[in-house]
Amino acid sequence: MKRFLGFVKKEFLHIFRDYRTLFILFGIPVAQILIFGYAVSTDIKNAGVAFLDLSKDEVTQKLTDKIISSGFFKKTETLLNYNDIDMVFKKGKTKAVIVFEEDFGKKLINQGKASLSIIADGSEPNTATLITNYTTAIVNDFTMDLAGPVSNNSLRINPEVKMRYNPALKSHFMFVPGVITLILILICALMTSVTITREKEFGTMEVLLVSPLRPIQIILGKVMPYFILSFINVLLILALSWLVFGLPVKGSLILLLAECMLYILMSLTLGILISTVSSNMQQAIFISLVGLMLPTILLSGFIFPIENMPKIYDYVSSILPPRYFIVIIKNIMIKGTGLMYIWKETLILIVMTLIFIGLSVRNFKIRLE
Amino acid sequence: MNKKVIYVKNLVKKFGSFVANDNLSFEVSAGEIFGFLGANGAGKTTTLRILSGLSKPTSGEVNVAGFDAYRQTEQIKKNIGYMCQKFSLYEDLTVKENIVLYGGIYGMSKSLIRERLIDLLAKIHFQEYENRMISDLPLGLRQKLAFSVAVLHEPKIVFLDEPTGGVDPITRRQFWETIYETASRGITVFVTTHYMDEAEYCDRISIMNNGKIVALDTPEKLKKQYNATTIEEVFIKIARP
Repeated sequence: MKRFLGFVKKEFLHIFRDYRTLFILFGIPVAQILIFGYAVSTDIKNAGVAFLDLSKDEVTQKLTDKIISSGFFKKTETLLNYNDIDMVFKKGKTKAVIVFEEDFGKKLINQGKASLSIIADGSEPNTATLITNYTTAIVNDFTMDLAGPVSNNSLRINPEVKMRYNPALKSHFMFVPGVITLILILICALMTSVTITREKEFGTMEVLLVSPLRPIQIILGKVMPYFILSFINVLLILALSWLVFGLPVKGSLILLLAECMLYILMSLTLGILISTVSSNMQQAIFISLVGLMLPTILLSGFIFPIENMPKIYDYVSSILPPRYFIVIIKNIMIKGTGLMYIWKETLILIVMTLIFIGLSVRNFKIRLE
Repeated sequence: MNKKVIYVKNLVKKFGSFVANDNLSFEVSAGEIFGFLGANGAGKTTTLRILSGLSKPTSGEVNVAGFDAYRQTEQIKKNIGYMCQKFSLYEDLTVKENIVLYGGIYGMSKSLIRERLIDLLAKIHFQEYENRMISDLPLGLRQKLAFSVAVLHEPKIVFLDEPTGGVDPITRRQFWETIYETASRGITVFVTTHYMDEAEYCDRISIMNNGKIVALDTPEKLKKQYNATTIEEVFIKIARP
């Protein structure tokens, strides 16, 4: 045991002496959370909208005010005629133009009907869709207010939409679990595979194997520090997403941390497996980055829903551990579910961990011979 | 030179149908410097791995430091030291940290490590380097230190796997002085090398070819037997008959 602890201490020294390792361990997670949280936002906030009011009456003025005061939009320009629309889009700041027809207010009151066009910038389809949806909702709301409680003669069905678990549809809810999933597998697998292949490359592995340390002690000693640091990382990311984005953990924090430990363990064993098949650090880095990062981002359901993928991608994604962890972590953090609803995913991760351990031991033995 | 610390009889190691070690027999005495020569692929590394407890023989008798290579590899590992051609010290650790690490791995007590550390630093004039990173040391010093670390726990045998690869002749010469000093303390030195001039420094040498030991004697006797002036000539005569 004393032997083992000395060895673990040495591994910590390696990590703390190498600022690059420290940066990868702690700098990247923080940067990723902030970048994904802020920059890659799919919410609308202060989207530029221009108005072309051909009626200029009391009603259009009220509606314009209502749209702007919603907080989603800000008025960029007031246009005077149709020809300006193209110009204002080309300037770039305006994402949509709202056009009120002539005599908008009069028609609405006299005929009970008036037209308004929403012209959005289709070169950014996601934003355009969101803007038109938001505007339509505001306009509907406005007409209902105008009609008053006694809505005469016209039958109307009003679907009331509520977003359960994420009422404001904040994108952090999607990104924070995704980033935790991505970062943990990346760091754990990358770091362990690199640290083990480094010993191989520098020839120190030979010396360790000849020493009275058992192979299992060597591997555990190398992996243990990363387990501890990765766990600290999880706490850091959770604290950060709570403090900066106000994202709470709805379910059991203990269950969440336990699942994170399982996932860290799985990633570490994956890293060990990578180290047994790569002969130098470059190879280990390459396998970890290309083999893990891209599939995790694209196929794990982190950004693109798996249900919408062609069947073949679905199959590929089913062998990716992050796919299951994302389900687990989203369930616990956002829906607040317990183990009862995620035991299947948990079991899959446990089985994967065992498979990786088995394969690593086999490869390690072959290499020793 | 009476007590045998390595005893090998009819050692065979096969990988599938490939015979890496074909019926080897030799003995090495305490305090002896034993040179283990052979071209690349002759089977030296395989033998070295068996002797250091990393891999098990297919058949034959192998006894290292009084322990059996089939069942007592743990005991063997505790009683041997090992240094390989790549530097076996951690470059991002200091001289002291390296020594403490390896001392700890070999189960030495803190006070014993401290004692040896002071001895060692004094002996090779390392005092001022105690808290320096290995990466700051010149190559020759690193190598000496790596060797000192390999014998830190006073093993019965130290295995040196091409310890002087890529080092200039003067440094090599100095390194061999350290080896002599170690052997004089009764530690057996088992060394593989590519440099034939180094082979001349050994008490006895064995030359391997295609998995077999084809020559084994003192350098002088071998030179006489093969009618050569240097070991290099002997080696060439054996390897390309």
